[in-house]
Amino acid sequence: MREFFTSQFGVSITFSVMVIGALLGITTYCIYFERKIAGWVQDRYGPNRVGPAGIFQLVADGIKMVFKEDIIPGHVDKVLFLAAPAIIIIVSFIGFAAIPWGGQWELDGHLVNIQVANPDIGLLYILGVASMAIYGLVLGGYSSNNKYSLFGSLRATAQMLSYEIPLGLCILVVVLTLGTLRLEHIALAQTGYWFGIIPQWNVFLHPVPFVILLITSLAESNRTPFDLPEAEQELVCGYHTEYTALKFGMFFLGEYAHMITASALISVLFLGGWHFPWIPWAQPEATSFFAVLVKIGVLGGKVVFFIFLMMWLRWTLPRFRWDQLMRVAWKGLIPITLALFILTAVLVYFGLERSIWTLVGNVVIVAGALLIAGSFGREVTGRTTNLPPIPSGPFSPGVGGVGASA
Amino acid sequence: MIEDHDILNVDAPELSAAERFYLPQILDGMGTTIRHMGHSLFKRPMTVQYPEERRELRVENYRGVHRLNRDEQGRVACVACFMCATACPANCIHIEGAEAPWDDREKYPAKFDIDELRCIYCGMCEEACPVDAIELTPRYDLVGRTRAEMILDKEELLVIYDQTKGEKARKNPPITGYPRMAGAAALDPESETEGEQA
Repeated sequence: MREFFTSQFGVSITFSVMVIGALLGITTYCIYFERKIAGWVQDRYGPNRVGPAGIFQLVADGIKMVFKEDIIPGHVDKVLFLAAPAIIIIVSFIGFAAIPWGGQWELDGHLVNIQVANPDIGLLYILGVASMAIYGLVLGGYSSNNKYSLFGSLRATAQMLSYEIPLGLCILVVVLTLGTLRLEHIALAQTGYWFGIIPQWNVFLHPVPFVILLITSLAESNRTPFDLPEAEQELVCGYHTEYTALKFGMFFLGEYAHMITASALISVLFLGGWHFPWIPWAQPEATSFFAVLVKIGVLGGKVVFFIFLMMWLRWTLPRFRWDQLMRVAWKGLIPITLALFILTAVLVYFGLERSIWTLVGNVVIVAGALLIAGSFGREVTGRTTNLPPIPSGPFSPGVGGVGASA
Repeated sequence: MIEDHDILNVDAPELSAAERFYLPQILDGMGTTIRHMGHSLFKRPMTVQYPEERRELRVENYRGVHRLNRDEQGRVACVACFMCATACPANCIHIEGAEAPWDDREKYPAKFDIDELRCIYCGMCEEACPVDAIELTPRYDLVGRTRAEMILDKEELLVIYDQTKGEKARKNPPITGYPRMAGAAALDPESETEGEQA
């Protein structure tokens, strides 16, 4: 019995149960913190009535959500309608399986990974699973049999497809640099130091892909400023308009679970995962149980930082316009990430992929992008020049016509 | 006709390269929000925690719930002249007059009901009252569970006077005794009250 629980399989099973429990708790608490941060940004208190500082607010919210009437409208496709929230929540949670939370633990004389699964293609697995989330959005809107929901789904599809390209290219930059798809190896490869003090995290090699990955992760998890699929001013609620009670709650939780997956992935890819300088327990050599706890804490801290950043951005920025959203992806992020990808490939060919030249290349590419942005296409909306000229006359109401004659 | 020189052209300003790169502007905005967050966390948010703390009323003559004033002997000051009920644009005041049990006035209200749900809190009743018996108080948190509960009768309005006389005194010094409109005569010497006195 003890052998089973100390084997990698036993540890994986125990850890997966713990992770699911912890994640359910954390995602619900995310909603509380989201509201708190919204309050602080807007000079309010946020929820503060239920329990000290309102910490039991989510219990009240949860009870409300569970006991509300669960309506399945008569005009929906029932099977798909019920499947959509399930897909969202399942897909959001199984992505965690490949995240290396705590390095290795020496247990009964052998090392086990504090990770639910450690496949060779961990990164591909997470990308594939994250792309599945779009099925939830598309089926949710499609089965609702409602124009606005369908519009939301269409937007979600186009947005996800557009932003997966720069997302994938940013991840490819890391994969090219380190030459592995196994997330534990990616974390391990970043544990060295330059000059003895600077940790060899990928963010210092490639700051631009780091920022772009952050932006595209926001878009992938449908967070403001990329929440056009549920733009309430235009589409009521987008793909989850027809959902009530717990099924709506599942869409809601799925968004936060997606945020946590994305944050953990960014932390592992660019911030060294569980590694942190100056902490002796957050080094690859440390394999005691306490070191495992410290490593989980370090990665958790990085995840919390990114979640805070995403919430901070949400309450700072208004929503993009649709054409702006598409322009950012296709005219901005994709060319820049392509250039970065080619740069990394060239540097890998010359064996310089972990040298100062990556940083130089990043700066050059951003400067080039600024130069191109500054010298081409000065129109603000891209629309004014195409309008037919308004005939100017004494009673012409057009600003352009009368203003032009002045 | 709009002249050309009256027209102000307000085209959107041209964006610089940094502005069209979004990120500098986004960082700028994030600076603003973190400042507000710090203010809320380390100083104090703007919020007034309503049931526990209340904002001071900015105006003295706030028009809240009505009250029926008492004279200095504790009797209802109203003389049931129906001026307020006549002036009321919402028809929310219902008075039934009766012979006064006291000999300094002829009538008093046997019944005085105000439907606080119909009332529009315009203050016309207060303006119309010749003896300053009905007044609006600064109390704004009148609540009730039923519609019937929101119709205040004479006793309730007198209780509101007892509760609020500390925060708002009777507007004018009350006209004492009501000796056949002597007070009104003092205020308005050209009226016909002298003829009545004769």
